[in-house]
Amino acid sequence: MSSGPVSTTSPTQTAEDRFAVATQWQLTWWRFRKHKLAVASGIIVIAFYVVVLLADFLAYADPHATDSKRSHIPPQEIHFFDDGAFKPYVYGLTQKRDLRTFKLSYQPNLDRKVYLTLFAEGYSYHFLGLFPTNKHLVGLVDPRPEDGIFILGTDLVGRDLWSRIMVATRISLTIGLAGVTVSLFLGILLGGISAVYGGIVDTVIQRVIEILRSMPTIPLWMGLAAALPNSWSVIQVYFAITIIISFLGWTDLARVVRGKFLALRSEDFVTAAELAGASQYRIIFTHMLPSFLSHIIAATSLALPAMIISETSLSFLGLGLRPPAISWGILLQDAQNIETLALAPWLLTAAIPVILVILAFNFLGDGLRDAADPYG
Amino acid sequence: MLAYIARRAVLAVLTMAAISVFAFIIIQLPPGDFVDAYIANLSASGSSVSMEEAKSLRALYGLDQPVYVQYMKWMSRVLVGDFGESMEWHRPVAEVIGDRLWLTIVLSLSALMLTWGIALPIGIYSAVRQYSALDYVFTSISFIGLAVPNFLLALVIMYFSFVLFGANVGGLFSSEFDLAPWSLAKVWDLIKHLPLPAVILALAGTAQLIRIMRANLLDELRKPYVVTARAKGMPEARVIWKYPVRAALNPFASTIAYLFPYLVSGSIIISLVLSLPTVGPLLLKALIAQDMFLAGTIVLLLGVMTVIGTFISDLVLMWVDPRIRFQMD
Amino acid sequence: MPQTPMVDHPDHEAGGSTSAATPLLSVRGLKTYFKLDEGTVKAVDGVSFDLFAGRTLGIVGESGCGKSISARSILRIVDRPGKIEGGEIWLQQEGDNENAVDLLQLPHEGPELRAIRGKEIALVFQEPMASFSHYYTIGNQIMEAILLHSATSDAAARARAIELLGMVGVPNPERRVDEYPFQLSGGLRQRVMMAMALACDPRILIADEPTTALDVTTQAQVLNLLQRIQKERGLSVILITHDMGVVAEMADDVVVMYLGRAVEKGPVDEIFHDPKHPYTQALLRSIPSIMAKPRTKLATIEGSIPHPFARPSGCPFHPRCPDAIKGLCDVKEPPTHALRPDRAVSCFLYGDAS
Repeated sequence: MSSGPVSTTSPTQTAEDRFAVATQWQLTWWRFRKHKLAVASGIIVIAFYVVVLLADFLAYADPHATDSKRSHIPPQEIHFFDDGAFKPYVYGLTQKRDLRTFKLSYQPNLDRKVYLTLFAEGYSYHFLGLFPTNKHLVGLVDPRPEDGIFILGTDLVGRDLWSRIMVATRISLTIGLAGVTVSLFLGILLGGISAVYGGIVDTVIQRVIEILRSMPTIPLWMGLAAALPNSWSVIQVYFAITIIISFLGWTDLARVVRGKFLALRSEDFVTAAELAGASQYRIIFTHMLPSFLSHIIAATSLALPAMIISETSLSFLGLGLRPPAISWGILLQDAQNIETLALAPWLLTAAIPVILVILAFNFLGDGLRDAADPYG
Repeated sequence: MLAYIARRAVLAVLTMAAISVFAFIIIQLPPGDFVDAYIANLSASGSSVSMEEAKSLRALYGLDQPVYVQYMKWMSRVLVGDFGESMEWHRPVAEVIGDRLWLTIVLSLSALMLTWGIALPIGIYSAVRQYSALDYVFTSISFIGLAVPNFLLALVIMYFSFVLFGANVGGLFSSEFDLAPWSLAKVWDLIKHLPLPAVILALAGTAQLIRIMRANLLDELRKPYVVTARAKGMPEARVIWKYPVRAALNPFASTIAYLFPYLVSGSIIISLVLSLPTVGPLLLKALIAQDMFLAGTIVLLLGVMTVIGTFISDLVLMWVDPRIRFQMD
Repeated sequence: MPQTPMVDHPDHEAGGSTSAATPLLSVRGLKTYFKLDEGTVKAVDGVSFDLFAGRTLGIVGESGCGKSISARSILRIVDRPGKIEGGEIWLQQEGDNENAVDLLQLPHEGPELRAIRGKEIALVFQEPMASFSHYYTIGNQIMEAILLHSATSDAAARARAIELLGMVGVPNPERRVDEYPFQLSGGLRQRVMMAMALACDPRILIADEPTTALDVTTQAQVLNLLQRIQKERGLSVILITHDMGVVAEMADDVVVMYLGRAVEKGPVDEIFHDPKHPYTQALLRSIPSIMAKPRTKLATIEGSIPHPFARPSGCPFHPRCPDAIKGLCDVKEPPTHALRPDRAVSCFLYGDAS
């Protein structure tokens, strides 16, 4: 083949040469790019986190405001064309009394069109927690107090489902992140200690991991969550739930860390570094860490869906987060009752983001793992 | 081989001890002690407890003594089968739990067998006929199982059967058998009702297992001994069944060990949605009502059952892999 | 049966029948390619050679020259994405000098092909550890070979397995037959592999680097065993190796391969004493010799093996050939030129450049 070193910037460089001098990260990225599904999933995940940031902006109705007159309004149709022109509108609402139940409720009034606009004014909130505003992505033009947009309908007490889903995304996804962070920390710490020190420490930690893994999680979580005092604030409960979920979740990450660590330690390049006189610290952080960092990233993104499912399940049971907090699990609680569900099936739409996010994280994690592992 | 069994047995015992500690912690967690809650409960229903009675109750449960003494007292009673009394039901815990624990195990075991039965052939098929149309179908279904939390699946199925058939598919028994004593007919009724919850429960685990089986088998199919077998003139189907499947079974079987706790967990949630007479709904009510002896006992028993199940699967693993028998792991 | 130039060997002393006018196995223009995303690798690119009854053919070359793939192509057990793209492999019918069957034309995975595998042609692999399944005893795996091709009882098969183990020199065969592969040493495993290969009394044994994974002493034992069995049964052997010493010791005829092509063929003595192709010459030169003068630099072959996706044009060896003719060797592929009926070279230095 050609003789001599290959320059990195030569214009006649072939694809092969680029391959030969690419860094580990470049290689991983190129391999990742080939998995179309994983890339698409990555975009979806990013989109979800954009929603986390812009939750209030993307909502249009106050997620906490109840109004019994708006109870169980079915999803509203948005009409996009008004006499041929693109002017989206919905029908206004009028208060009507049901003659059988004597209940007041809002019914669509087909005589009145209320137009939609972008960047409309709605309820106030703090954008990104920083400055107060009341602008939302969509809103109505000159609405009457009884009018409203109901893309996904309302729940039993008249709260708009779409807005609540937007806000719920924030909590559900950040709890997932928080939980994974704790698990990651514990996992790396304990996995690393286990691998570095070996011997008794390793055995003990491994046995603890095995014990934790063979315990059924839900009953334990239920027990721990039920013990949280009712007096605790939403935030306190939030963090407690995070800790409870990651309490059992760190075991998988610890095993991955330990496994990779041990596998790498017997690699020749580590021996070479040792022989060259590198310190233990340098060996671990400069030489070994980059090799299994990508595996950790992959394992983490695969652990996230488990966290999200855990929180959703717990909240669904009524043992996790509690109202007035809003999470996907809490939204799905409303759908628990089969009769309610039969009356208002749109309440199940809260399940869609759950499913989407879990699928997306799974594909993303798979793609990352395949890209990170050259022998996989 | 004996060393292996001994090691797993010791681990099982340790795990059960750990679970008992957790269960005890759960019992102790709510503020105040058991007697306080008992008194509050009684006074809410109109009766009251005198100071002497309270004191003797406390002494009986050892509540005036350090925590580890209480634990010892509790454990010593548990080990002879005395699980205490349920505050809510005013009956011994064992009686309240009754059949429910066994039904939970039956449900979990059915789901386990289903998982195995489904994941094994599909995993093999997917590996051998990679990229075929059926492979994609199976992959898609298994992703549903992976992504949809099982309570959601249960909800959706319940909804559709309610709306389409007007039928409520919850419960493990038809109404006439619900409280009846056990008979062959009741068992058959149970078997008729098991498939739906078992399938829902099994779906997520199946998805995982199919992926694992497929990946393992693909790995094995590339190994040299497969080529050797082919070179001997073995028909292709036998080449796949006799060798790589056997090898891929190993990690498969070890995954089963951790599947069982997962299934037991999942059965709790499913039984809440589908109103199954298993341990799940009972546990939830007990926790909300802070009926701690009931709750703690359920957690303990569930844990113990899980550990025993795991231990049995370890034995199965040992039977499957001769290398473990000769201590080559 | 196509007539080949390598027909009469009046002066050869190797074992087995000497008047093998027609080869037992005749490979013609074998092409096995691997279609990968990055390009097509021509692992075997038009290779021809003959194996005569009772003789040992050594296929020698560096790693990656296509020797193993050629062997696997004979039995059609090339792993995906490899595919045999062309050529013919003629196997003479048993006891029938006139008729032969083209193995490449047999239906894929059909019963005729499977009847040949293991029964007529057997393969012994390089890595005995990985070539056995760890979940079944060696007895089971040997019996399997027997039971696949003959309708005997289990008991008879087991007896035969024990007999075979004894024949290859495994001590205590009655006990060993029930052991698992991981309980044996490397050398023993290789013997067991041979026992398994010989179970159905094949006519041809292909040994793919049988000694590469073994230490020198065990290597000698295994080679001795191979020679003994060959003499006893009149077995024809194709021996694949990169070790010239093994070739010198064991082979009667040699094929030298480079990058998927057969560059030189001939009887072993001639190849060693009078190599024609520059590659063969370089190979032989690079063997360190105990007779060499002290402090002489070890001879190497210039350059390195080209990347599979970057095959040189024309003669595959030309970038490294000290005698390359510019304008010829880098443009056209040299044809196979028969110097004598049993001697061929693929080089423009010989014969007419057409």
